[in-house]
Amino acid sequence: MTKPLRIGFIPLVDAAAMIVAVDKGFAAAEGLDVTLVREVSWSNVRDKLNIGLLDAAHLLAPVAIASSLGLGHVKVPIVASFNLGLNGNAITVSPALQAAIMAEIDGDRFDPMATATALARVVAKRRKSGAEPLNFGMTFPFSTHNYQLRFWMAAGGVDPDEDIRLVVLPPPYMVDSLANGHVDAFCVGAPWNSVAVDLGVGHILHFVSDILVRAAEKVLATRQEWSESNPDTLAALIRAHQRAAEFIEHPQNRAEAAGILAQPERIGVDADVIQRTLDGRLKISPDGTMRESSRYLLVGREGAARPDPLQAAWLYAQMVRWGQTSFSPEALAVAKGVFRPDLYDAALGREGKPADASDAVGAFAGPAFDANDIAGHLAAFKIGRRKP
Amino acid sequence: MGESSPKIVIVDESPIRAAILEEGLREAGFTGVVHISEMQSLLSRIYALDPDVILIDLENPSRDVLEQMFQVSRAVRRPIAMFVDQSDSASIQASVDAGVSAYIVDGLKKERIKPILDLCISRFNAFSKLQDELDRAKSALEDRKVIDRAKGILMKLKGLTEDEAYVLLRSTAMREKKKIGEIAQSILTASELLK
Repeated sequence: MTKPLRIGFIPLVDAAAMIVAVDKGFAAAEGLDVTLVREVSWSNVRDKLNIGLLDAAHLLAPVAIASSLGLGHVKVPIVASFNLGLNGNAITVSPALQAAIMAEIDGDRFDPMATATALARVVAKRRKSGAEPLNFGMTFPFSTHNYQLRFWMAAGGVDPDEDIRLVVLPPPYMVDSLANGHVDAFCVGAPWNSVAVDLGVGHILHFVSDILVRAAEKVLATRQEWSESNPDTLAALIRAHQRAAEFIEHPQNRAEAAGILAQPERIGVDADVIQRTLDGRLKISPDGTMRESSRYLLVGREGAARPDPLQAAWLYAQMVRWGQTSFSPEALAVAKGVFRPDLYDAALGREGKPADASDAVGAFAGPAFDANDIAGHLAAFKIGRRKP
Repeated sequence: MGESSPKIVIVDESPIRAAILEEGLREAGFTGVVHISEMQSLLSRIYALDPDVILIDLENPSRDVLEQMFQVSRAVRRPIAMFVDQSDSASIQASVDAGVSAYIVDGLKKERIKPILDLCISRFNAFSKLQDELDRAKSALEDRKVIDRAKGILMKLKGLTEDEAYVLLRSTAMREKKKIGEIAQSILTASELLK
């Protein structure tokens, strides 16, 4: 056994590979002695990882990049050697906003361009009548949720900084805030969208896989310095996570995995809700309407676990688009360097990308993403806050 | 801002801890202290109060809400995080250990924030010591109850006196390198099963 490891996580379904790696004994089988520490905020996870109170963490992919670039906080280079999930978030709206969007929609309700255009009409009508701007909740300034919401509504002509209000809310507070009208909608990971639907206070308007086909969501994050001084431990950790991801992706293991994740000291919600998430079969409306998607949350299939620097480049481009930083080729290189497929491949003794993995971001609007010309790519989008 | 007492907001859902902090700050001469215990619309309350310093418990999920302040440069004066200074990892460590986090909302000088943070760290530590003592006292009381019941069972089943029952519990605990409370609990569990 190596020296004990402390790994932080936020109780969300996309911590699945991490939790199963430990609780199913895959980490111990690799000779690792891991204690999982449940945290309450991304700021805490980031800070405790940065100063070494945690050896590794379940982290928002954009936070790993922001921390490596020194955006928003102390600059600490982070390594993402395993991708814990692709997609997995959803946009949930209040019954009133759902009705307003459906009254304006011209097209398929699952077509994000149709809903975004309808939202633009709702926003314009509200402005005309003197109503307060709509409030949208998301989890963190450097989060996929923030970028997914912005990308979606901006495509329909809604300026996320001018036409509505975007507010940060801790995931466990999302449902209450929707129920009591503090927000009209939110974008968050599982299980909170399903919880809102089950309580009858929300409708799932979109799976984020409607907006982007592949979006890196959470990563296994370690400090670069730690990763360099503990290469064997990190490799063992990657292997344990890979076994866990493969275990979870076998349909016959889903019930067991959901049971492990449902434990009160892990995610602490009904195993049934967790299994629906893993299966991509979600109740989207309080009236019981179900929707299925094979792309809702990818834990290990289609090469989801292998970190993809193209994904890092897309996230960096969003930081530039929304004015969180200005563009520089050096910063882009740092951002891409956070995602380390080489460490993943080496730990598993594999070479190159799995055959079933794609390198598309697959956004529903705008030109195909080009990591080699981010300025040109962003110029194609009308709404944005790019700094000179 | 001048040399007057900075306006400090304490974001804490625990009223006792907030009171301990507030009292300490006032005693040290920081008179402009406001406590927010309600987490709904936290950000708009903070904007309305426009504090110089915000103190928040690290275990409060609303810490993430405060991170948003560093994004909104149009709505408020450009905020600066306490720990943006790269050399300050010792302060971060001390603050994380104590469980308190501080944010400066405008460019208050570091030497002025230091005493506030030090004071909060010592008060936070004092509070968690109190909490530990309370927890220990509670669990000692629980143990006493369990031990008394286990003694009763041993006295009845083995015909022992109270002292003999206690000696048996204690020697078993020593032999098995466990606490007396744990041995007593296993006797209670076993007797439940054998009922």
